[in-house]
Formats: sequence, C-alpha cells, structure tokens
Amino acid sequence: MKDIDITVLFAVFYEMLGPLLWILVVAILAGTLAFGLLLVRERGLHPARLVRMQFLGLLGGAAALWLMARVSSSGFTDAGGPVDWLLIALVFVLGWVGTSVILYTLVGWLGGRLRCCPQAG
Amino acid sequence: MNHHTPHPSSLAGHPAADARFAQRRALLAAAAAGVLGASLPLHTTRAASPLQTKARIVIAGAGAAGLTTAAHLAQRLDGARITLIDARKPHFYQPGFTLVGAGLKPSSYVVSATADYVPRGVELIEANVAEFDPDAQRVTTDAGQAITYDFLVVATGMQLEYGLIQGMDTDLIGQHGIGSIYHGPAAAQATWQALSEFADRGGRGVFLRPDTEMKCAGAPLKYTFIAADHLTRRGTRGKAELTYNSNNQALFSVPIVSEKVRMLFGERGVHIRYGRVLTAIDPGRRIATFKTADGLEEQDYDFIHVIPPMRAPQAIRNSPLPWSADAQPAWAAEGWMEVDRGTLRHTRYPNVFGVGDIAGVPKGKTAASVKWQVPVAVDHLVAQIQGTTSDALYTGYTSCPLITRLGRAMLVEFDYNNNLMPSFPGVIAPLEELWTTWVMKTMALKPTYISMLRGRA
Repeated sequence: MKDIDITVLFAVFYEMLGPLLWILVVAILAGTLAFGLLLVRERGLHPARLVRMQFLGLLGGAAALWLMARVSSSGFTDAGGPVDWLLIALVFVLGWVGTSVILYTLVGWLGGRLRCCPQAG
Repeated sequence: MNHHTPHPSSLAGHPAADARFAQRRALLAAAAAGVLGASLPLHTTRAASPLQTKARIVIAGAGAAGLTTAAHLAQRLDGARITLIDARKPHFYQPGFTLVGAGLKPSSYVVSATADYVPRGVELIEANVAEFDPDAQRVTTDAGQAITYDFLVVATGMQLEYGLIQGMDTDLIGQHGIGSIYHGPAAAQATWQALSEFADRGGRGVFLRPDTEMKCAGAPLKYTFIAADHLTRRGTRGKAELTYNSNNQALFSVPIVSEKVRMLFGERGVHIRYGRVLTAIDPGRRIATFKTADGLEEQDYDFIHVIPPMRAPQAIRNSPLPWSADAQPAWAAEGWMEVDRGTLRHTRYPNVFGVGDIAGVPKGKTAASVKWQVPVAVDHLVAQIQGTTSDALYTGYTSCPLITRLGRAMLVEFDYNNNLMPSFPGVIAPLEELWTTWVMKTMALKPTYISMLRGRA
C-alpha cells in the first residue's frame, strides 16, 4: 500500500517551480526531439560544431552555478565536504551539457537554414 | 529536552519501521539524483480506493499537522464528514523563521493562507476549540458551537508563553536588543533588524532555550551560529562575546549531536553556560536574569535571543487529554497529550489521536515529525473505521537541518532512541557541515513542506 511514488517528487518540484516546471519539461522534450531529428538529418554529429558549442557551453555551466548560488543564498565557496564538490560538479556539468546541446541544436537547424538561403537566392 | 523519559518498548527492528526506512532511503536517493535532495523524507500512504464511511471526524487545529491530517483523510475516505477547526487565517511556514531571522528571506516567504490548503470536501470552521469533552465526544468552539464527533484528531499546536518571563513582552521584539524569531513572521523580521544592528557594533550576545519541551530544539543553536557568522562577516566578531545558556547539562537531546555542537561552539568561541533558565528580563538596563542551581544570575546583553517557555493551549490543559502527573510529571505540567508514542492514539480515549506539537512524545516537535506522525495516526484511524487494525508505527524519526554558518548545515536525523538515522549514509554524513544540506534547507524544504500539507509528500 505504501508505494514509492514518482508523483511525489513531481509534486515537490511543482511546488518549487510552479508552471515553470511544465515549461521546462516541454522545453526538454522539444529540445531532445529537435536534437534527435538533427542527428538523423545530418547522419551523425558535426564534430567541429560540437567542439565550438562545448566551449560556449562552459558559460552555461558557470551560469548554472551562479543561479544555484542566487536561489540558495550561498555559493560554491561554502563547500564543506566531498558531497558538496559532487553537487557543484553536477550542477556545472548539467549547465554545461544542457547549454552545449541547446546551442548545437539551434545552430544545426538555424545555421543550416541560413547557409541554404543565399544558395537558394 | 530534559524531560525525555525512557520507554519500555523499543521500536528498533520492527518490520514496519524497517520497511519504511528502506522506502525512505530509496526515494531520497532518487531525490538526490535529481540534483536536489529533500530533507523531509518522502513517501505516500494511499489506499487503492477511498473507504466509504459516514464517520464524523473533527481535526482541532489547521497548522502543519491539522492540514496534513485533513489531506490524508480526504484522500483515504469517501463520505466522511471532516471538519477542521482553527481561527487563524494565515498559515506560517515555521521552518523558514530562521531564514527570515538570518536576513536571508523576507517575512512574506513564510506566510500563506490556511484556506489554500484545505482539501475539497473538508469543512473549515474559523474558530478555536475552547473545550474538549472526550467523554461526550464533543468539542465546543469559542463561538459557542458544539460539534460532536466519532473521531477526534488534536493538532492544536502549542502556546508560546512569553508572559512567563518577567518583564518580557512580545512588543519588545526588535527593540532594546531583544530578538525572538519564534513569535511569528514580523517578529522574525524584527529580530533580524536587532541582530543586524548588533552585528554592526559587536558587544555581548546572549542566547538560550527554555526549560520546557519546545518546537525545533535546533533553532536556538542555529540562531547562535548565524549570529556568530554575521559578526565574522562584518569584521566585528573580535568585539563580540557570545554566550549560549542551556537549560540543562546538554546542548541537544541526542548526545552525539550535543557533543558535536559543543565542539563547534568551542571552535567559534561561543561560551556555554549549563543549567541556566531565563526568568526575567529588564529591557531598560539590558539585563537578563537566569535561574541556576546556585540561585539567580544576571547577564547583561547588547543582543538577546529570547525563546519563551512552551506548553499546551489552555483548552487542552483544562481537558482530560494531557498526561497525568503520576505517569509523566513534566509533560503533565506542560499539558502535552497522553498518546501512545508509536501510534499517536490517545491512551485512554481510543477514538482520539494527537499529532504535531501537542503530542506528548519524546523528541521532535518539527515539521519532519508531522510528516511521519500523520500517516501513522491516519492509518490507525482508518483501520478503526474499517474494524481492522494497522501495524503502522512511528519510530520518533525527525530531522533538523542544523545551520552552523550561513551556507552550511548538518543534516541531523534521529529517532526516539537517540539513534542517528541518516537518509544518505556514507554520502551526507550527519555531523558534517555541508553546503548540500544548506541547499536542501533553503531550496527543497519549503516545496516539500507545502507538498506535505497537500498530502502529496
């Protein structure tokens, strides 16, 4: 009767984020779909673009840490034990990877369209 | 927490308790994997389909415990007449008072409306219960309305007795160097103003706890650590002398935590005085008078954090519900309800339960206690309606994210037997000052608490 319920976690995140949670869920699903379709269209990863976007993604990692510091009224300078460094790394990596994938996908779709237009004209 | 009395029965090794902890750990691990942990353990207690019943259930008090009880009952019963009774319209997120008092959150952070959390189908009567008559199965409100019940859940909370400190008045909070975060959101805000002024100048800071059972026994310690950190950050720590006055010979009811706090106070240069109970305050002269084993002792202060004695509301104290002086003298004097510590059922009135601060059980009067008490009490109540029994058991689990400086806290979780009950053993060490625990306290705790009120956590 006392089942672990994923809806509980969802409820907590909903209380934390409000309607923003739905926007984030939709954005993640749409972004993943767009990334997947891009991989299919381009028949794989575009290495040069990936490396460029990974560099830009570092800014996303830094922004994630900044956001975390803002909302928790603290910062990574407060780290006191190993789990804190793990959390800091996790937040940074999520921001880095997320930003890299978003930029890669945006440039893949929009950049491709921009390249195609002068040729079409 | 000097009134803890050993109980003959041990809860350790109970199958229901073990299963519940296994579930809690699994779900908390999942929460951690999602970047944010939740220091209130999560699980749900939901029947497959609601039980049909015409039972009349009265819940006295619509604070954290009353609202959570209403949510659980509304989910598990269909057709029951559930009545919440509480006059207070605003709802206070009390675990946030320390953050307001620390200058990190505005007072609006802790204020919402009771009505927002009243489940559909549950009636809210905006009055207070003035009289409990468990023999007649009836409560009477201060508006004179008598309500009979089949089951009663008492969740009235407690009363802060500032008046028992001679010279103390809640109007003084925020003036004359007097702070007290407990009195409410505005008082917590005013306390921050007083602390901030003190942190600018330095001087003598006096901290204490009452000689009664109290809600969130970690808060007096947290606020001492917060004050020390603000002084350090403003460069005035060297001009300040901080003293923590304990009512007994310990700093916390769990010995291992008490020792850790003693060590941290030593590191931070906080003087400890044991066996001191605040009896009077002279705001004009800024002198606090403490009762000690050797008589009265005066301490002058530039800032004092007053925490008043706490006891059951008068309506409970005047009823047959509290512990008797024979069984539990200290709890009887303060009026805490005589409930079984494993089931929260009243020992003499089987259709009455006591949850939250009013329950006369050892340990935590905290939101985490509510989180774990309510599903147990509700399970027993529902089983009683069904004519069956429940093996749900409350082990005394509670948790306290004990802030040790701005940006770090220790996630202290324990049970009736003073055992540490870490949710993340080997990952989040209970006695380690961690940013991760601080992040939980500042980010995840309130959403988890609100989910609890809605019966979703």
